[in-house]
Amino acid sequence: MWFFRNADFDFLGSRQRAYVVSALLLAIGIGSLVMRGGLSYGVDFTGGTLMQVQFEEQLTVGELRDVMNGAGFGGAQLQGFGSVNEFLIRVQNRGGESGQQVQDAVESALSDGYGEDGYTVLRRESVSAQVGEELQQKAAIAIGLSFLLTLVYLAFRFEWRFGVAAIIATVHDIILTFGFISVLNVEITLATVAAILTIVGYSLNDTIVVFDRVRENLKGTRSEEYMNVVNRSINETLPRTVMTSATTLVTLLALATVGGAVIRPFAMVLILGVMIGTYSSVFVASPALLEIHQYRKRKAQAEAAHVS
Amino acid sequence: MFSSIKGRIAVIVGLVLLCGWTLMPQEGPEGNTISPLNLGLDLQGGMHLAVELASDTTLTDQARSDALDRVLTTIRNRVNEFGVREPIIQKVGNERIIVELAGIDNPERAKDIVSQTAFLSFNVVRTDGAVMDRLERIDQAIVDELGAENLRAAGGAGGDLSALFGQGEAGAPDTVAPDTTGADTAAAGAQQGGQGEGGLPPALAGEDTGQAAGQDTSPSPETQGLPGMQQEGGQGGAAQGELRPLSELLLQSGQNGVFLVAEQDVPTVRKFLAMDAVQGMLPNGIQLNWGANTVSQGGNVYRQLYVLADEPLITGEYLADAGPAQRDPTYNQPIVPFEMTRQGARIFERQTSRNVGEQMAIVLDGRVQSAPVIRQTLSRRAQIELGATGSLQEAQDLALVLRAGALPVPIQIVEERTVGPSLGQDSIEQGRMAFIIGIVLVILGMIAYYRMAGAMAVGALCVYVILVLGGLAGLEATLTLPGIAGIILSVGMAVDANVLIFERIREEQAAGKTPRTAVEEGFAHALSAIVDANLTTLITAIILYQVGTGPVQGFAVTLAIGIIASFVTALYVTRTFFMIYLDRHSPTDPVSI
Repeated sequence: MWFFRNADFDFLGSRQRAYVVSALLLAIGIGSLVMRGGLSYGVDFTGGTLMQVQFEEQLTVGELRDVMNGAGFGGAQLQGFGSVNEFLIRVQNRGGESGQQVQDAVESALSDGYGEDGYTVLRRESVSAQVGEELQQKAAIAIGLSFLLTLVYLAFRFEWRFGVAAIIATVHDIILTFGFISVLNVEITLATVAAILTIVGYSLNDTIVVFDRVRENLKGTRSEEYMNVVNRSINETLPRTVMTSATTLVTLLALATVGGAVIRPFAMVLILGVMIGTYSSVFVASPALLEIHQYRKRKAQAEAAHVS
Repeated sequence: MFSSIKGRIAVIVGLVLLCGWTLMPQEGPEGNTISPLNLGLDLQGGMHLAVELASDTTLTDQARSDALDRVLTTIRNRVNEFGVREPIIQKVGNERIIVELAGIDNPERAKDIVSQTAFLSFNVVRTDGAVMDRLERIDQAIVDELGAENLRAAGGAGGDLSALFGQGEAGAPDTVAPDTTGADTAAAGAQQGGQGEGGLPPALAGEDTGQAAGQDTSPSPETQGLPGMQQEGGQGGAAQGELRPLSELLLQSGQNGVFLVAEQDVPTVRKFLAMDAVQGMLPNGIQLNWGANTVSQGGNVYRQLYVLADEPLITGEYLADAGPAQRDPTYNQPIVPFEMTRQGARIFERQTSRNVGEQMAIVLDGRVQSAPVIRQTLSRRAQIELGATGSLQEAQDLALVLRAGALPVPIQIVEERTVGPSLGQDSIEQGRMAFIIGIVLVILGMIAYYRMAGAMAVGALCVYVILVLGGLAGLEATLTLPGIAGIILSVGMAVDANVLIFERIREEQAAGKTPRTAVEEGFAHALSAIVDANLTTLITAIILYQVGTGPVQGFAVTLAIGIIASFVTALYVTRTFFMIYLDRHSPTDPVSI
């Protein structure tokens, strides 16, 4: 078996169409971010209390909401989670209340509604507003720093134009990922941030493989059109691109389907990221490389004309 | 040896054996098997707490750091008795203390214990035999309550009585919890090094008395049963004789008012003492408190059980400051100076004058830290002399205990993450399932797509999995739920290196190169892409480790180990398999790829 053997797709010829697709996807993502008023941050970042509760009897979100409303937790976010009688309850810590007080209040509401033994708290997370802010900062630093260091690495390993093209692709990926996270309403937690950083790594990885081949092919053929070299490089690495994405996606799909509810959002973000990263190395990074090259060439020609 | 096929195979087998060895289950101290992988709190269940000083305390940096040290001592002191395996209690920066307790059943209780303010009191050790006089009746009460037959069936009082207490019959669901009011419970002790070893109590003296410490003539301890309460010889005797479930566990320490209990009997004694019937029998005006430290004698480890007057001489609020621990200039023995408040000095003077010659137990959160003898009437300034057997470290610990109680600091929990054990177990099983399904699908895909080379990649993948797990165990890294995801993800990525190489070999072979050259070129050309790709991911992993906490760090560690292992397996193990393959086929046979 050898899929895409001697593939000869004109990826770069149809790059205008890819731009439209990217622009459309970005517009949807940014639109969703604006519509929803930003991302939905989990208690890790906003501060607050999360409780994963398993009930003895089966109940609906609506019934649970009535109980919570009755106890003054009108603002609580409720979400079915895992099995039928499991729920996530998220509550903001009201001014001055400690996480412990909120937990106690929620538990007493649940005890009133379902009896002392009617439920089990499987997981609790309480984060004070101050710690939430710190974690936000840390996450921002992590994303910024990993971005910066990979740039330094790229600058060191490749010519600047490869670096710039890779950055453009990575920024594209990050914005798209956030956009999809917003569309799918996945909550931003520490784990999601870890997933996003992993995607940055994966996407770069994919781009680097293509660029590595471009660099190699450029050495051999002086006469060949730049666009052809890039296009040929994409085609030559296409079997690898497809195979690697496939194996990674297969493992991630296994994680998302049987890995359990706790890890599912994490796996979902990774799946999205792998798809976006694969797409971008072919349809964003490589065209960007070409555009940069052509821009330089036009500029050089214009200067040459000016001089003569 | 690294270039010949045999040498390479030896290296690979060696690596696999090394990793396999780190993965062997180990025997725990209690004969239980310990998993070679450290499971994170999210997998084994447990509680992660971040504690800070309450925000309304405005302190200088120095004072804040000092206050945090005292809180640390307080929390250590309490948590150690929780019976949690390897609790983590550490200061993070100058602001915060992290407490991690694995596998606890009662998070509410644990939080209370961590967050309550320290309580220090000084209580006189009751030497009048108040408890001893009642032991016979207490034994009888226990027998009545639990039934003689049950006790015998449980193998005597020294045996396993857990069945008898199975349904919380004794009304003590949390016998290990300290009562931070320090009032009336027999609370527990910590597993720290035995201070007061040898049984000589330290001495309390006014400052500059120059009196030699540890010279008192308290009888040297003999760990024998109480008079008339030795264990009956043999099973038959025990069956006929009167049962003494409690008193046979309480050994004479040689000091009045202090019993010794063999460490393995401590839980049993605690359960007996927590029984309502026993509580009712105890004389008024006393409380029983466990020593914080263990005592070694004749190869056995004992814990002291103190009979104290329940009315404290004085409490921590009257203590102004304590320490620093030092060696007294005359005798070069460790001492801990302390100072009472003005009001405290008056109370202390009155109280010590009445109790000269008595032992004064220093009780922090229900545990006796030390019990020096009061040598003279003391006032504002005094010192505890640890005597010739005491170390400066013990003196420093004691000074910290005194300061923890002297200047109690209100604290608050700013972050909590608790996972119930059942959820953790589910996560492990689901993660394992996902891992197996993922890897099987990848194996099938690789073999179907790359044939013989695919099979080699699968062999390399197996080596890879062993290396990753062995690396995790060997580095004592913690496996968390995102960490499992990291492993699964890195399986996908480990395959990538192989895919890069295989695709290249295919191309070279299609370009008409001989199999041997194609393989050589394939590895050579794929190298730069593999290095670049792995390094960028490694950078991400390092940053995640630096910035993240708990589960995210777990993810970073497995990702990093995964990257390094995939690098080794793709470039070395797969290469070796190819060398073997080429060795066994005619040079002109195309590679099955």
